[in-house]
Amino acid sequence: MTHAAVAAPGARFKKLLRSKDDPNSPRLSPLWTFVAWLATLAFFAPVAWMVLTSFHQEADAATNPPTPFAPLTFDQYKLLFSRDITPFLLNSAMAGVISTLLVLLLAVPTAYALSIKPVEKWTDVMFFFLSTKFLPAIAALLPVYLIVKDIGMLDNVWTLIVLYTAMNLPIAVWMMRSFLAEVPKEILEAAEVDGANLFTVLWRVVAPVALPGLAATSLICFIFSWNEFMFAVNLTATQASTAPVFLVGFITNEGLFLARLCAAATLVSLPVLIAGFAAQDKLVRGLSLGAVK
Amino acid sequence: MTTLTAPPKTAPPPAHTQKSSGIGKWKRRIPLLPALIFTIVVTQLPFVATLVISTFQWNILKPGDRHFVGLSNFTFVFTDERLRTAVLNTVVLTASVVLISVVLGLGLAMLLDRRFLGRGLARTLLISPFLVMPVAAALLWKHALYNPDYGLLNGTLNAVYRLFGASNGPTVDWVSSYPMPAVVISLVWQWTPFMMLILLAGLQAQPGDVLEAARMDGASAMATFRYITLPHLRQYIELGVLLGTIYVVQTFDSVYTITQGGPGSQTTNLPYEIYLTMFRKYEYGEAAAAGVVVVLGSIVIATFALRTIASLFREEVSR
Repeated sequence: MTHAAVAAPGARFKKLLRSKDDPNSPRLSPLWTFVAWLATLAFFAPVAWMVLTSFHQEADAATNPPTPFAPLTFDQYKLLFSRDITPFLLNSAMAGVISTLLVLLLAVPTAYALSIKPVEKWTDVMFFFLSTKFLPAIAALLPVYLIVKDIGMLDNVWTLIVLYTAMNLPIAVWMMRSFLAEVPKEILEAAEVDGANLFTVLWRVVAPVALPGLAATSLICFIFSWNEFMFAVNLTATQASTAPVFLVGFITNEGLFLARLCAAATLVSLPVLIAGFAAQDKLVRGLSLGAVK
Repeated sequence: MTTLTAPPKTAPPPAHTQKSSGIGKWKRRIPLLPALIFTIVVTQLPFVATLVISTFQWNILKPGDRHFVGLSNFTFVFTDERLRTAVLNTVVLTASVVLISVVLGLGLAMLLDRRFLGRGLARTLLISPFLVMPVAAALLWKHALYNPDYGLLNGTLNAVYRLFGASNGPTVDWVSSYPMPAVVISLVWQWTPFMMLILLAGLQAQPGDVLEAARMDGASAMATFRYITLPHLRQYIELGVLLGTIYVVQTFDSVYTITQGGPGSQTTNLPYEIYLTMFRKYEYGEAAAAGVVVVLGSIVIATFALRTIASLFREEVSR
């Protein structure tokens, strides 16, 4: 079973299709189908409520009992943009995109040296990277804060970029290694025997297998950077604050703010929701560091 | 078909013995050096700094009074009432979130492993809580769901009570009355989809012929689950528990947003307590010492985690 998974792209593709909806897998009875949908809707309800409330007026959002059928409006979103959410979104996008690119730049050669042309004791290297992921970020906050303050890099997006790169690098190394390990060894060896140069091998043999992995890896890294809060809230003030900091910052006074809050929450979650839905199949693999396919 | 771990075809590094000359070795190492150096500089050096700071009496509110105090910060850390509470809260929070999410995730995964009307849509909807930004999720729970006056929970209760003729439903202040469960539930809501995804992958990697054989032999559904599915899922459950623990131990967003560690210090976990020591009390020495203790604690968890992952990994490499 395991060897078949790397056999040929065609076979793998067929397998993928079959896993989508295996006609041999048993059906749920109507009762259990009902239970499944009930549970699904229970989990989805808060998200649905958030999106629905974001399209209501403040007066309709904060009623008791709730009024889900109140008239819909775009006012909250207009208000958000007039209240300058844009710089925060741009900071988040910049921190997310640049740190993801840096991560790939560092992780792809590393993964190559851990799978296709493995160094000696490559498993030790893998576990060194992983172990850094186990150290709680909060314990690094104080020294990072002091150093960053000392070199005048507080409230600077580049500080977040460096930290997010370090935060995501182990995940990317593990994921990319698991994808590169699927490159068929026989073809690599055959290409080498035929005297194909490194670039040809990379382009013709490695890239076709690695590119979907690359996409999945960047997505996961982007999601983690986009959502990061602890460093962002403690190391930025006004210039470099990201979207999560905007969220906690704009609730200053109690009052009618629920609809606007829901609009902001929906807006900042939207990129990740879209990315996550699009890459559902790859999500597990990324979250389990490539351990589960 | 999903399989646990990618199967590289090689047994440990191929027998290219002619290449193990010094130059060949270094040529192979070059691609990984930038990442290795970057990681050491950005992730390891701060911990050395933490270790150094932890031996100082250092409060920025008392400038000029920074001096070496040896291990006295650690004495403080181990005897401080607040920190002990924080450790206990961290354990309670992490254990409840991880265990409840695994159980719920397993239930959902078993349902989604079967075919039913709209399975794909149900799966998509189910993972959405995990994709909502954690800070946004915390704010959503605090203001839109838990709020005693206009939150959805009390609002729904009120609507139901009115439906049955009562004039008003109960007004429960969820966050003040049940602070820890309030934080736990919001986190369970976010982490259950994660567990479901991992366990669903595990279920779908189950060899169909074994299940078929069990059915042929007339094994009951319970017996099949107990003796075939559960043992097969064990390593997926372990993986989910370990990864979940690593992430949930570090919970900062939800505590910061929903309860600010309160009321009192009822929901203050270690990350939040360290944050308070650092940015509210400005006791850098104590914060660093607490940080060192957290790192040591994490190393204990990580040792178990790494061992599990290593055994999965060896299985994979030796295949």
